[in-house]
Amino acid sequence: MAAVTDAGPASPPARVASAPAARRRRSLPVWRWIILLGAGIYFLIPLYAALRFSGFGTFGQVFSQTGFSDALILSVKLALVTTVLTLVLMVPTTIYVHLRLPRIRPLLESITILPIVIPPVVLILGVLDVSPPSLKGTPYLLALVYVILAMPFAYRSLDAGLRSLDLKTLVDASNSLGAGWPVTLWRVILPNLRTAVLSATVLTVALVLGEFTMASLDQYQTFPVWIVNFDQTSGPVSVAASLFALFVTWIFLLAITMMGGRTARRIGGGQVDLVSVAHQETGDSR
Amino acid sequence: MTANVTKAAGPPQAPGGARHEAGVRVVISQLTRTFGSLRALDGLSLEMAPGEFVALLGPSGCGKTTALRILAGFETADSGSVTVNGADVSPVPAARRDMGMVFQSYSLFPNMSALDNVGFGLRMRRLPTAERRQRAAELLDMVGLTGHARHYPHQLSGGQQQRVALARALAIEPKVLLLDEPLSALDAKVRLQLREQIRSVQQRLGTTTLFVTHDQEEALSMADRVGVMKDGKLEQIAVPDQLYARPATAFVAEFVGTMNRIPGELSGTGQVRALDTLVPVHGERPADGTGTVDVLVRPEGLKIDAVPGGNGIVTDRAFLGSVSRISVRLSGDVTVKVDHPSAAAGQFAPGESVQISLPGVAPVLVTQRR
Repeated sequence: MAAVTDAGPASPPARVASAPAARRRRSLPVWRWIILLGAGIYFLIPLYAALRFSGFGTFGQVFSQTGFSDALILSVKLALVTTVLTLVLMVPTTIYVHLRLPRIRPLLESITILPIVIPPVVLILGVLDVSPPSLKGTPYLLALVYVILAMPFAYRSLDAGLRSLDLKTLVDASNSLGAGWPVTLWRVILPNLRTAVLSATVLTVALVLGEFTMASLDQYQTFPVWIVNFDQTSGPVSVAASLFALFVTWIFLLAITMMGGRTARRIGGGQVDLVSVAHQETGDSR
Repeated sequence: MTANVTKAAGPPQAPGGARHEAGVRVVISQLTRTFGSLRALDGLSLEMAPGEFVALLGPSGCGKTTALRILAGFETADSGSVTVNGADVSPVPAARRDMGMVFQSYSLFPNMSALDNVGFGLRMRRLPTAERRQRAAELLDMVGLTGHARHYPHQLSGGQQQRVALARALAIEPKVLLLDEPLSALDAKVRLQLREQIRSVQQRLGTTTLFVTHDQEEALSMADRVGVMKDGKLEQIAVPDQLYARPATAFVAEFVGTMNRIPGELSGTGQVRALDTLVPVHGERPADGTGTVDVLVRPEGLKIDAVPGGNGIVTDRAFLGSVSRISVRLSGDVTVKVDHPSAAAGQFAPGESVQISLPGVAPVLVTQRR
């Protein structure tokens, strides 16, 4: 009843305010299209040029090139190992920090930014210098370094996801109903963190599939390294291979984002996608 | 744990029906807990009879939530003990205490439907799916949410979410039901409905219940006994009407209900003179028994008469239903509130001269002059 009476006097100013808003709405789409077009041209022209250069026919050849499947398989393996390691390390850590050590969150945030600040060349040279020979002999040393590289992205995704939950209350509720830690993590926290975990996965996978500097310095033929090496023998095929890699990554990202989106719609709230991760980060700096 | 499984798997107890076993006895004694330099609990002792509904009332920071969380097993006390039916529960982790809790903030699991939320505790107790669903549905029924079983928390209103949370807490047939300001996030009307619902469900099930709130109306209207807390200690615990009518300390008197402070002079004989009347003093008082004090009197404890040249001037009149609350300024810039039947309150318009007096000889509380 009170709401009805309140709405009465409030509505005229609302109507007044809506007039300029409507004008703004009408004029906005033009700019929106111009910006979209500008950005589209910026991003699409190189792709189009690459496609023109390689030609559609070369795509078929990509798969039959020597080293192609080995390089791709190595990259996918590395992506898998890196993602698993990253999640196993970062998910419990982030949850623990949120629950028990919220005060060290700023510290953790600045630590996790370090891998972005330190140039990959420096990082890999250092690692190669100190790592034991047994590790240097396997490509999985790269996975270990990639875990560090992926940490900033994984941490931020998970952090944003956890901030959208009332974690402490959910954990308390779960505990009081008889669930121990493993069950609480598995049935209560992770399902609600699914989108954040997915976006951490997306970012990690994208990072590993595209990383060149470290892999080449470690002298392993990952997919990006293979493309660059191959470039010296056949330009068009190598460009077709990079386009192929790009599409594969895109399709992967799209699939994961759509999966996450659907869950978020079903359970409502707490949606974390690539955009909202970036958004929450800026929101936090206030 | 084992006992629970057998109990749960046995003949289903109709949640709506009378409960055969009585609730548990809870004894909290000499609990202390400090957070850094803050003494949240300072020797809190409290006994709850089986099936009793006790409210802990107090201003924020008085330690009431800490007490609840220690009982739930989420916090540990620095010293003191909690026993449930005579058994010390301090070594028992929260997950195995069998205490159902309803939280202040919405605590439903967002990824589960209302039915699955209610069934969660039963699932943890490994109840077969069919039975679990059936009992969860019965509990949703009991809180009046029959049609909402498949809804997810974000599809429910705040009041509905808290009812699901109540059903979820009760589903495990808890030894003790813990309510941590479950109504404070809701709007007034829903709060009132839910208050009655919680009380009636609690009475039906006979579950020993501890309810923490800063809302005195909630505490007084719902609980069998209300404990008022201050600085980590229980100031007084009593049945609601006694707490209101015979507060033990000035803090309780002023925290519960409305209280007037009227200047008075201790006579040294256990009496105080205020408004030209000698009345007996009870409760705490200055050791020497003399000097100036404030006398605490409720608005309904004062008498108001329209007298030209009286000791006060009416400054305001508020209609509260059957009574009106009249504000009167006395000499010395003291303002008192007096309740008077609304039917006869018309004569006390602002600006009128009135005589305020202390009728009867009911003992009053006194406190240091402010």
